[in-house]
Amino acid sequence: MSGRFSRVRLSARDADPATLLLRGAHVLDPRAGLDGAHDLLVRDGTVAEITAAGAASAPPGCEQVEAAGLTVLPGFVDPHVHLRTPGREDEEDLESGSRAAAAGGFCAILAMPNTEPVVDAAPVLGSLHERAAQEAVVPVGFLAAITKGQAGTELTEMAELAHTGAAGFSDDGFPVADAHRMRQALQYQRLAGLVLALHEEDPSLSGAGVMHEGAVSTTLGLAGIPSVSESVAIARDVQLAGYEGGRIHVLHVSAAESVEAVERGRAAGVQVTAEVTPHHLVLTDDAVRSLDPRFKMNPPLRSEADRQAVIAGLRSGTLGCVATDHAPHSREEKEAPFEEAPMGVTGLETAFAVLYTDLVLPGVIGLDLLVERMTAGGAPYDLRAPTLARGAPANLCLLDLNASWTVGESGYESRSDNSCFTGRDLRGRVLMTVARGAVAYRNRGFSIRLAADPGGPVATRESA
Amino acid sequence: MKHLLSIADLSRPDIERIMGVAERFSEVLERDIKKVPTLRGRTVVNLFYESSTRTSSSFELAAKRLSADLVSVRSNGSSIDKGESLRDTIATLSAYDPAAIVIRAPWAGAAAIVAGHTTASVVNAGDGKHEHPSQALLDVYTLRRRLGSLDGADIWIVGDVLHSRVARSNIHAFTRMGARVTVCGPPTLIPRDVEALGCEVRHDLDGVSAADVIYALRMQHERMGDSFLPSMREYVANYQIDSRRLHPRQLLMHPGPVNRGVELSAEVIESPQALITEQVAAGLVVRMAILYELLSGGRQGVAGPAPVPTVEQPA
Repeated sequence: MSGRFSRVRLSARDADPATLLLRGAHVLDPRAGLDGAHDLLVRDGTVAEITAAGAASAPPGCEQVEAAGLTVLPGFVDPHVHLRTPGREDEEDLESGSRAAAAGGFCAILAMPNTEPVVDAAPVLGSLHERAAQEAVVPVGFLAAITKGQAGTELTEMAELAHTGAAGFSDDGFPVADAHRMRQALQYQRLAGLVLALHEEDPSLSGAGVMHEGAVSTTLGLAGIPSVSESVAIARDVQLAGYEGGRIHVLHVSAAESVEAVERGRAAGVQVTAEVTPHHLVLTDDAVRSLDPRFKMNPPLRSEADRQAVIAGLRSGTLGCVATDHAPHSREEKEAPFEEAPMGVTGLETAFAVLYTDLVLPGVIGLDLLVERMTAGGAPYDLRAPTLARGAPANLCLLDLNASWTVGESGYESRSDNSCFTGRDLRGRVLMTVARGAVAYRNRGFSIRLAADPGGPVATRESA
Repeated sequence: MKHLLSIADLSRPDIERIMGVAERFSEVLERDIKKVPTLRGRTVVNLFYESSTRTSSSFELAAKRLSADLVSVRSNGSSIDKGESLRDTIATLSAYDPAAIVIRAPWAGAAAIVAGHTTASVVNAGDGKHEHPSQALLDVYTLRRRLGSLDGADIWIVGDVLHSRVARSNIHAFTRMGARVTVCGPPTLIPRDVEALGCEVRHDLDGVSAADVIYALRMQHERMGDSFLPSMREYVANYQIDSRRLHPRQLLMHPGPVNRGVELSAEVIESPQALITEQVAAGLVVRMAILYELLSGGRQGVAGPAPVPTVEQPA
């Protein structure tokens, strides 16, 4: 929703517009109705031609990729990452975080404001955009806090923050626990515009919990976070949004009851959207039996029934997009006993391959649905989805869906290594990402294979 | 067996083997010289991040009876106090090349973390609210002395199951040894889905007369502040084991320390059915058996339990 002040900005450093020809790739873009072998020409950062395979001719100086057997998708959009900047640049900064995004096939990301200091005032937000314009390799948008210091007591200067280019408002990491404060934020939204992105948790129910409440928490003797601590907060805010005519986006839905609460709101005409993370789609609390803090995040990994419910929600569109909740943590913080370790896992570099391996290959969902949901992250924030349609700015990724790789085998682009998929063998590797018309990422192995494997899919470069 | 981290890891034969060794150690303790040279020249580290009287003292005495050198470290007054991480503390203590590290810590999985960062054998002496395997083994030992076997025995565990690592380990151990376990307590102090551990759940003591054994848990007064209980008076009225509820044929156990007049009335503590001091005595021989199993057991091949060295036949 656009209020009178809002003008969402995404910032990235300047880069040369790409001119490249992807020959014979399988081009898949459900929104543009593309699903077949094509030559795709990007000229000066714009999708210039999509022709039959072998039909396009390369303009002088054009980089050519023999892409038969490879797949081109619209670039993914992650509406929920933590870039730890300002304040914890030892864990992530705008350069490393955006590089991790590009390595995962993302062409745009939105960062949450729970930094040190919190993004709760226009100068902090303005300086982040300036830094992103120097450092970010893919466009980055920034949400601002709903309440000052994310303390849940005073509203931020939402109108000025909207004017300074906030993508939305969120106290992510914390709920807006007080119902009256939430109501005021929804009222003020009529002036400021922009969606309220909500971390839904009733802290009086989640308490000191560290994992999902159920048989596993009981076995391990760990304090549980009941699924209803999430769903009762969603139900409350859906009703408040309906009452005030406001618009909300529910972050990282994890529980079956939560999917139902969002569904009921949508059926009643409330403006509510929702997202789901890769880890909630493929893992359950069973993984916590290892007591490995890499499986500790908030909301926690839940039961198999909850996992099935969020998959069904992804399919139906109740959960309209995939969001990684990429949350880097330093090694010394994460190497603590489970109860002491901080919540959060990284996710940008593994999101597509995890979902492709665990949901698409076994036939749980189709590749076209996964592409739709991974490119739809901007929709709750009124950002247009990337498309491969002719004339669109080039936002795409080139993948080898047959490539196998082991998570973490050659380190991470992220500055942190707290991936809950470390050591997993996955299928589907991003080889190249083009964001806002410029090449943002090339897989290192991709260019090496150029000489080593002349029989396979080969990248060739013809310089002018 | 390299480590004792969790009762859930032990098979019935594992438990029976440790029981057999403990029985032979109990014979040693009836002698004038209650010490065997089994672990002479080897070092046992006792690392306690939480207060403990009986567990720490019984592991200390067990190590001494086996002639081990003993180092006791408590968080209070050590570098743990100064913010040293568990990993760094283990690295420091491992430099003494200990044969075993006995650890109690307030975090689930702490003993497993230690096992991942040392070459020593690790004994879990209580990790958060997760497990307390040596307690479960000494409780099984105590009951076997009285009942011969736990097969078919009906055991009720009564009280604050939610916060109890003893309850978790004992449910595993008792069911593995063939007993039927019922947990009983206020609904606010029974963890969700506890049936998944293989026990039944009751919220009143109406059926307790059918039990062969009543195992009362310690009720911590600090639970009152979180409104787990409306009042201690109401808890006592509903869950205290007193002489009206304890039948003469039933056995009564408690991990200690007891809150007299709360979970147990004074008269049942001193009744002939109470095994509370037997449990403490069993703690010593069972912990000797655990150290023996971990530190000597592996060397003796697979042809059954090795003979326990005696004063007459030192190792």
